[in-house]
Amino acid sequence: MRAIFWKELGDHFGKRRFNLMLGLVLVGVLWAMFVDKDAMVTGGTGSFYLDLFTTTFGVPISLLSFLSFFGPIIGITLGFDSINSERTQGTLSRILAQPVYRDAVYNGKFLAGIFTLTMVVFSLGIAAVGVAMFRFGLPPGSDEVLRLIGFGFITIAYLSFWLALAMTASIFLRNAVASALVSIGIWISISFFIVFASSTIADRIVPDIEDVDDQARHANVQLWVGRVSPERLFSEATGTLLDPIGGRFLNPFGVAPERLEGLLRSPVSAGQSLQLVWPHIVVLIAMIASLMSVSYVRFMREEIRS
Amino acid sequence: MSELLVEADGLVKAYGDFLAVDGLNLRLSEGEVYGFLGPNGSGKSTTILMMLGLTEPTAGGVKVVGHDPMREPLEVKRQVGYLPESVGFYGDMTGRENLMYTADLNNIRLSDAKARIDELLGMVDLVEATNQPVGQYSRGMRQRLGLADVLLKRPRVIILDDPTLGLDPTGIQWLLGMIEDLSTNQGISVFLSSHQLHEVQQVCHRVGIMSHGKIVLEGTVAELTEQTGSGGFGLVLEVLGGGDELMTALQGLPTVTTCTRVGNEIVVQSGGDVRGQATAAVVASGALLLGASSENRTLEDIYLRYFAGQES
Repeated sequence: MRAIFWKELGDHFGKRRFNLMLGLVLVGVLWAMFVDKDAMVTGGTGSFYLDLFTTTFGVPISLLSFLSFFGPIIGITLGFDSINSERTQGTLSRILAQPVYRDAVYNGKFLAGIFTLTMVVFSLGIAAVGVAMFRFGLPPGSDEVLRLIGFGFITIAYLSFWLALAMTASIFLRNAVASALVSIGIWISISFFIVFASSTIADRIVPDIEDVDDQARHANVQLWVGRVSPERLFSEATGTLLDPIGGRFLNPFGVAPERLEGLLRSPVSAGQSLQLVWPHIVVLIAMIASLMSVSYVRFMREEIRS
Repeated sequence: MSELLVEADGLVKAYGDFLAVDGLNLRLSEGEVYGFLGPNGSGKSTTILMMLGLTEPTAGGVKVVGHDPMREPLEVKRQVGYLPESVGFYGDMTGRENLMYTADLNNIRLSDAKARIDELLGMVDLVEATNQPVGQYSRGMRQRLGLADVLLKRPRVIILDDPTLGLDPTGIQWLLGMIEDLSTNQGISVFLSSHQLHEVQQVCHRVGIMSHGKIVLEGTVAELTEQTGSGGFGLVLEVLGGGDELMTALQGLPTVTTCTRVGNEIVVQSGGDVRGQATAAVVASGALLLGASSENRTLEDIYLRYFAGQES
């Protein structure tokens, strides 16, 4: 597996698609250069380095939204042709004639992909924070650093989900183009259509909204349906983690209104926010694991013709 | 008694209702070159895939170098080299880089690998193209690189799936010479699948002919000739003149089965050696005998003869 890991890693960094990843890092730098510093002071939460990722002052969309929309493309790019290109090139049967287990081929490729994503995510984060530090003139606090690291890992898990999805597609579909299109199709449907689907389902379950309780139930149903999508999980988890004040709870409807105001004034520690989003991380990893097991079942017993 | 490197017993592979391989029994002993022949779609490649654990047998079993390729794939793959039907390399990597990767997958130490690769590249005559991306290689060069790739791990058995496909006559001769050399000088057993019979018969110690998933004929080339020959001898006479009485005379010779004439050429098929009598008959008839030759029966004839009687 070691050999495959290094070979694949070399491929990821050597190919033209690496420019895409470089572009992503560049976006982080640009965003950090152009966020409106003064607006952040007056309108932000007080944690500059967390606001750096969530603010829309001075930039078209927040860096967080950018990652949640375009991150999947990176994951898909790294994975959509991983197995089927070896098949069409005729290298798969040659590799599998060497003394390596089949799962080593899959694992080596998957790990190389995750490693690449890790490099991209942390380069982006460090570049953005570095530029911001230069502009803000103050270092991030330890709580902020903890939150940012947690944010980094959730982002990697999120992008790895799309990598795993694309790799699954590359095992099931012989054609690289088909596999890319199917991956992108799934990405669009579960990231965007889920928003409409969840509100439709909520309308069905809670048809008449008469009081606050109904409204809360409606919102709850919508929230739970939406959590089918890794994009929702990611946004919720990172949104919570990057906001020490709002990051106290996932769902303001679950809190008694008379307590809400008081709660919104005091920040919580990074550990507490992390505890709150822990289920999100677990579900995201479980989703990756189920994709991997589907891939394994198919790939391990498959016939490899040249 | 030399060791058996491949043992297949009652090997079956079914795709739905279709039996690609149907109860195949096969033996390959050490140092042997086995020609695995048959028309396209007769189950040769499927058999090879089962030998390498690249597909699962529906029934029966195969042992390669004493191990089951499905259960102990690494033991098998450490000792067996496989050249797929259309061998693929990473087109953006050079020949050397491709081989280095294979060496890495085989856990060969870097310094050993370098020396070994230099030696192999020299052997397959690719020294000049070493640092070219494989994408620029010709079919023949790719095939030669494939052979180097297969030999890198110092295998005991090499399995070549239709290696002559798409090669020019020089390439084919080179490859067959290579196979002969590997088997005689390095003691490597070779399992060679092909549908180009006349090419492989010169290097094979033993051949098996596949049809519809079964080995229908197996043995040395000489044995096969005996098994399939409708009575052994063929004689071609080039004759000027001579009419029906000559044909009758030839037909009347002992053991002659058929006798046909096209232009100056008379083909005499017989069960025994009638060369002396036949030429004497021509001279006796007053015709001029311009030439005579024994028809040399090749494996191809056997193959064609055998498959002529079957719907394909």
